[in-house]
Amino acid sequence: MKLPVRVLLTAAVASATLVACSSNKPKPQPPVTQTGTDTMTDRNTNNGGKYTVESLDTDSCLRQRVVYFDFDHSEIKPEFQAQIACHASYLRQFPGARVTLEGNADERGTREYNLGLGERRGNAVSSALGSSGASSSQLNVVSYGEERPTCKDHNEGCWQKNRRVEIVYTSKQ
Amino acid sequence: MKTDFLMLKRFLAQSLAAFTLALFASIAGAQALKSDVPTIDIKNGTASATPITVVPFSYEGAALPPETNVDEVIGTDLNRCGQFRVLPKESVVERPAHGNEIKFPTWNMLKQAYIVVGRQIETGNGGEVRVEFELWDVAQQKQMLGLAISGQRTGMRDVAHQIADLVYEKITGVRGAFWTRIAYIVSTGLGNNISYALMVADSDGYNPQTVVRSHEPLLSPAWSPDGRKLAYVSFERGNSSIYIQEISTGAREVISSAKGINGAPAFSPDGSKLAMTLSYGGNPDIYVMDLATRHTTQLTKHFAIDTEAAWMPDGQSLIFLSDRSGKPQLYQTSANGGGDATRITFQGEYNANPSISYDGKRIAMVQGSGNVYRIAVLDRASGETKAISPGSLDDHPSFAPNASMILYAATEGSRDVLWAVSTNANVRQRLLLADGDVREPTWSPYRQRGQ
Repeated sequence: MKLPVRVLLTAAVASATLVACSSNKPKPQPPVTQTGTDTMTDRNTNNGGKYTVESLDTDSCLRQRVVYFDFDHSEIKPEFQAQIACHASYLRQFPGARVTLEGNADERGTREYNLGLGERRGNAVSSALGSSGASSSQLNVVSYGEERPTCKDHNEGCWQKNRRVEIVYTSKQ
Repeated sequence: MKTDFLMLKRFLAQSLAAFTLALFASIAGAQALKSDVPTIDIKNGTASATPITVVPFSYEGAALPPETNVDEVIGTDLNRCGQFRVLPKESVVERPAHGNEIKFPTWNMLKQAYIVVGRQIETGNGGEVRVEFELWDVAQQKQMLGLAISGQRTGMRDVAHQIADLVYEKITGVRGAFWTRIAYIVSTGLGNNISYALMVADSDGYNPQTVVRSHEPLLSPAWSPDGRKLAYVSFERGNSSIYIQEISTGAREVISSAKGINGAPAFSPDGSKLAMTLSYGGNPDIYVMDLATRHTTQLTKHFAIDTEAAWMPDGQSLIFLSDRSGKPQLYQTSANGGGDATRITFQGEYNANPSISYDGKRIAMVQGSGNVYRIAVLDRASGETKAISPGSLDDHPSFAPNASMILYAATEGSRDVLWAVSTNANVRQRLLLADGDVREPTWSPYRQRGQ
């Protein structure tokens, strides 16, 4: 149990920079250091219509809105399954809620290919949400390829932040 | 060689027709700002290049000479194509303005193969200046060209590029491509403050003008074969959409705004069709739209990413990128939608973004290996690939219409800048065009007069 929790917290910290996703553009902010929220517990107790619209801002799992990927890959890594599951759960509970899944790629490779890669990642998140119960009418994929980087350094530290899908709520309920 | 000879004949006929043609720079209103002036760095030696002298042109007129130094522009053009080595100004010991003033022993001693002399004459007709020039073969003491081109004082760069084109063509037998334009994307800022512009400039980066500006991403500019329109991708509607815009009027229309990706537009050689990447079918595939009827044909159908289509010059087939083998590689498929795609790149783990030479014999592309991306040129006949840029994040090659040079984008530190490299890789020139990131350079077709 120790390892998954640590990984989840890492993901929570990383995505905390992008919490305020009411705008559809990434907002670069200094990383926020979060103290020990037990995301596993939150996830496990939120299966029965327990979310409110406010949960999007208060629930530590729902506040995670970014899924990161490996280079040139679009498989969802195990550490993001919990995040996918809680958003799927929210979408199931609020059939009027809508999300746009914004796919992005790092700067390596050509722009049009990266549009394809960003879409592939967006589709991966979309099908994962769908198979966890979200309706396809709630899910929209837009790929920005490498056109919307959150940072512009030429190293893996920056590239890994840009290989991402942002879950953007266009309607909350 | 026969084709070259025919091209030469045709263009010489055009040139004679332009003998006294007055040129009005269509973009005279968009003079370059000082900060937009390109920086030219000639990186490599040009020992194998043909030595040529461009003598400073004399000026006859009551008003001050035009701001543009015509002979300097001609010299810079010839230098940057990699096929000529222009004698530095300080070594130009004599300054003949007419052919009959050339002392050939002097230029023989300086080992010059050719010499260009000329003069600028105020015609008294508004701000018009007539530029008369002569090209001489030094060894044979023989005149090869003697022509005049007139233009407005403000349009002297256009005149100079056209003279460079005529000199280039007379010596090499291939039409010059200095009097052409480039389209490119500039982006400034990051995050919420990012803004994008689609720009058009002269082939050397001067006279930049904004075609369209947006706070949402713009990418993939593509020229229509007549050089009057640009197709491009814009996210201003929230998702990618393909537009076609007339450059001179700004009039534009949405060509495709389907669900998913609308990307990678490419005009067919006759301008009647537009190849593009659409993903509404579930994944990116290549489609071709007949622009008159708007009827769309699907060319590829594969679960892989198929994109970045480029037309072969005969319009019968297209080269495109697909990662159906696992990594991006280039494939060729029929323009009619029938038949399978054939893989054409086998060297390198990542080959993308094809630009095809006018004769279809060479394909410039991005070749990636590990974290290094370079521009490479594939020779179709031999199958050999040669890297022509140093990396490490080089992108978006675009052939000049005569294939003498290739433009590409490179990342330097925190900036994206443009480079022009001679196809023989002897000369590289950096075009420092504007603040911000400059990318996706796209070379225009040959320019038509009055454009």
